[in-house]
Amino acid sequence: MTQRLAPRWLEAETFDCRDAFVETLVALASEDPRIVGVVNDSVGSSKLDAFRTAFPDRLVNVGIAEQDMVGMAAGLAGGGRIPFVSGAACFLTARAMEQIKVDAAYSRNNLKLCGMSPGVAYGELGPTHHSIEDVAWLRALDQLVVVVPADPVETAAAIRWAAAYEGPVFVRVSRTPVPQVHPADHTFTPGRATVLHEGDDVTLVSNGTVLWRALAAAEQLAAEGIGARVLSMASVSPLDTAAVVQAARETGALVTAEESVPRGGLGGAVAEAVVAHHPVPVRMLGVDAFAPTGSAGYLLDRYGMSPEGIARAARELLHRRRS
Amino acid sequence: MPSTLSHAHLTLTRAPRPPAGAPRDEVVAQLRETARQIRLQDLALVHFAGAGHIGGDFSAVDVLTVLYGAVLDVAPDRVDDPERDRFVLSKGHVAGSYYVTLAAYGFLPVEQLATFLKPLSTLGGHPNRLHVPGVEASTGPLGHGLPIAVGQALAARLDSSPRQTYVLTGDGEMQEGSNWEAMMSASHYGLDNLTVVVDRNGLQQGASTEASMDLAPLADKARAFGFAVSEVDGHDHGALLDLLGSRERPGGRPRFVIAHTHKGHPISFMSDQVAWHHKVPDADQYATARAELDALAPAAGGAL
Repeated sequence: MTQRLAPRWLEAETFDCRDAFVETLVALASEDPRIVGVVNDSVGSSKLDAFRTAFPDRLVNVGIAEQDMVGMAAGLAGGGRIPFVSGAACFLTARAMEQIKVDAAYSRNNLKLCGMSPGVAYGELGPTHHSIEDVAWLRALDQLVVVVPADPVETAAAIRWAAAYEGPVFVRVSRTPVPQVHPADHTFTPGRATVLHEGDDVTLVSNGTVLWRALAAAEQLAAEGIGARVLSMASVSPLDTAAVVQAARETGALVTAEESVPRGGLGGAVAEAVVAHHPVPVRMLGVDAFAPTGSAGYLLDRYGMSPEGIARAARELLHRRRS
Repeated sequence: MPSTLSHAHLTLTRAPRPPAGAPRDEVVAQLRETARQIRLQDLALVHFAGAGHIGGDFSAVDVLTVLYGAVLDVAPDRVDDPERDRFVLSKGHVAGSYYVTLAAYGFLPVEQLATFLKPLSTLGGHPNRLHVPGVEASTGPLGHGLPIAVGQALAARLDSSPRQTYVLTGDGEMQEGSNWEAMMSASHYGLDNLTVVVDRNGLQQGASTEASMDLAPLADKARAFGFAVSEVDGHDHGALLDLLGSRERPGGRPRFVIAHTHKGHPISFMSDQVAWHHKVPDADQYATARAELDALAPAAGGAL
């Protein structure tokens, strides 16, 4: 971290979003008997112990078998249940991709895919366990809502929304500690971005564990007299195209920052909207390669997503536009 | 070139489901004749639409007919009833015979069959659960139906419901690992409300299953995975009725029924011929196949 980071970030309490996920799921399941958990030996990695304790008969462990896990969830949905499929994002998405495409999205089954510890959360365990491609893969699927919440408040809001929504949803549930960036009464609406920081010189579009870093970058830029708008974009698909186009029109330059591959990911989605509706320069930050060994925090910094790195990208973009 | 599929090619009539308590012989005779009618109609669909999977269609018709005609607790007026039985067609490429079966039992208007494979038809090359009444799973890629069926059966178990789940898979399809994952789950959860039927015609798209990737000994494998295994002549309506219609569940285990069938059955030049996986009969072959099916009409004294 750079020493320029404002004290509010240095002193902020941080959270593992899996705790908000489980707390919300247990509360929802208490009210709705249709909700079941489906795991691939992933109770521990999903922090679902509290769910298993509360509802031992409603936690279906399929063993280490992701294709079966998603297929069975589709069958459970066909039997009137609301399955929350919870497993490490890397295995859930890559291993069960065709089941996600056909049994979840194409079939519009009412199941919820909860990708635990996405992005580079597994840090030193390496690219086999990183899930940087999931957003791009799943954003390519019709009918599937893809959500990347940024903090415990937004994670809880997304899970509550997913339970009430009749259809397939993918929600990333982060494990890398993040501070709370949304107000306690924040709600999730698909296709709706939230402005967390006002500004008219440049726009930072972010979500997930990178969003607080974008906010910190905006504060650094503000100290230099650069007004950076920060768009919190948990809903990657559908995208809030209107907010992106408005940002392109009003600020003239955008930086995207995400804990995933930007090609096809949030960066790709934003760039598509900008190119189609109001072409302006876009800089896409993300983990765009199989990462070397390092902790999640180290890797995010290394791939240019420290607050300083994001601020630098914004400055460079502005410089390019003015030159 | 064959003419385009039209209403003129629709020969199917609705088949009544035999009333409860009807004598077995009558039920079996009715199922046999319905299966013959389904084949006649499916043959016309594939010939005039110019595409389809007639080989697998014809190996699966008798199992489909017995399930819909006399086994499944389903009906066109209660396709959303939570307590209906569930049937998953895992070998989704035999959509043609499935649509005709659904039409025979009233889930689809017979006239709709004339749209088979046409632009914007809901009756595409693989069944879509959102568009075709009675279809429980959108299938096509192999190895999807069995995991879905296990989930359906588990949902029934969680509901303490007596509803049953049946899934029809191809035999070549059993080469997909997802099936074996699902079979582990089915026996782990003791799902004796689940019946897996394998359409064991011994052929897949390119060659025999044994030459492609040997499945044998399939029964032993299923037994080792915790299933109660039966083998049956998959074209014998009486034997299928007795086996699939039985609600006995030995030892609390899921059931695995190996239905020995012939691809393209009973057409002389199609039967057991790998080329008929998705070959389309030309005008002469269509006429010959029709004549062979006509010769099996009850009045002609024949039997499938």
